[in-house]
Amino acid sequence: MIRVVLPAHLRTLAHVDGEVTLDVGGQVTQRSVLDALEARYPMLRGTIRDQVTQQRRAFVRVFACEQDLSHEPPDAPLPDAVATGAEPLLIVGAMAGG
Amino acid sequence: MSGVRVSVGTRKGAFVLTSDGKRERWDVNGPHFGGWEIYHLKGSPADPNRLYASQSSGWFGQVIQRSNDGGKTWEPVGNQFVYDGVPGTHQWYDGTPRPWEFKRVWHLEPSLTDPDTVYAGVEDAALFRTIDGGQKWQELPSLRDIKGHLWQPGAGGMCLHTIMLDPGNPTRIFIAISAAGVFGTDDAGKTWRPMNRGLKSQYELPDPDAEVGHCVHRIAMHPSRPGVLFMQKHWDVMRTDDAGESWQEVSGNLPTDFGFPIDVHAHEPDTIYVVPIKSDSEHYPPDGKLRVYRSRTGGHEWEALTKGLPQSHCYLNVLRDAMAVDALDPCGVYVGTTGGQVYASADAGNTWAPIVRDLPAVLSVEVQTLP
Repeated sequence: MIRVVLPAHLRTLAHVDGEVTLDVGGQVTQRSVLDALEARYPMLRGTIRDQVTQQRRAFVRVFACEQDLSHEPPDAPLPDAVATGAEPLLIVGAMAGG
Repeated sequence: MSGVRVSVGTRKGAFVLTSDGKRERWDVNGPHFGGWEIYHLKGSPADPNRLYASQSSGWFGQVIQRSNDGGKTWEPVGNQFVYDGVPGTHQWYDGTPRPWEFKRVWHLEPSLTDPDTVYAGVEDAALFRTIDGGQKWQELPSLRDIKGHLWQPGAGGMCLHTIMLDPGNPTRIFIAISAAGVFGTDDAGKTWRPMNRGLKSQYELPDPDAEVGHCVHRIAMHPSRPGVLFMQKHWDVMRTDDAGESWQEVSGNLPTDFGFPIDVHAHEPDTIYVVPIKSDSEHYPPDGKLRVYRSRTGGHEWEALTKGLPQSHCYLNVLRDAMAVDALDPCGVYVGTTGGQVYASADAGNTWAPIVRDLPAVLSVEVQTLP
């Protein structure tokens, strides 16, 4: 079970409280986690990554295990601690609000 | 008793204000979508409880929301706006070519007859349409064929901000873009024509009366007279009596003819309203006085409406989508400000009072007159 923490505005949009847990088949990567997240919560499509190019939105970052994974390739395996559910994957709005 | 519903889009959420026909006591509902920019929300003329809202954020992009209960509850619908084909380039501020890139929906215009059909004006400027209640959006791409490579952004971005549907002719649509101008179609968007003859942009364009490129801030019509359009251009208030074939200036005695919104009285097709703003670099009213100006003669002759509006130290702005009228008698007029006030007049502009004073900066105001 993969744990995902969404920023507050996306939790509101998806009508969820707290962490989201997802079943992800195959290798656990940013792409596979976001695919599973968007399949469960279609209203999040386009809010984290572009729906056509699949590029991460410029003001969205991805953290886990105290690392910035924002610039990792989308198909790179996520850390084992994320894949086992020991640590959450953090989707974060960039610190641009002052 | 009839009533009104005022839908207000702000920098940090949407608010729905309701009152009975007297328009003296108001219920304020919101914020909806708190923290998000709500450029526009508008109800369907064919189903007054069906509302659509454009919700956007610099972080999380574009969301479209739909309500089936007059704005009490909302559900997100489709938010994929993809330009048709290879979108090409428009001009950047410095005249260099810039690829078209979707940024946000500025304006949602529900069909006059079908609650599931809605037009969306977007930045970078293009027109989209849904026919399934917002699930899927498709561009009407031939609009950008009209010298789109010469269009350029105004200070707010290159936005398609006005969509006017002709109540007497379902295939006729007028749209306006900053900074490209007015365009019209007589075949429901298959083909378009520029409608900018008579506009002059001496300090904005190398050719002052160019076919496209004018910074049109807003256009308005009275539904009973769709061949007569009024325009607040960047500078100049204009009028056409031949459905956009030619425009004449009607700024007359306005203290300044720069401004953003323009609207028409619900029952008097020649009574129009503007909010003069000092200049394109000083986006506040002249002399620190918020004055709505009314012409009862379709332009040229204007009177200042000041009762109940701040007449000292007032340095806010009224944006292009932030003025609306209701269809009650007397006609109600509504103005939202970047200072967070929504002022209402229940007597066609003679006197004003704030409905709310301390909202986030108001981006848009729409009014529905309810049975």
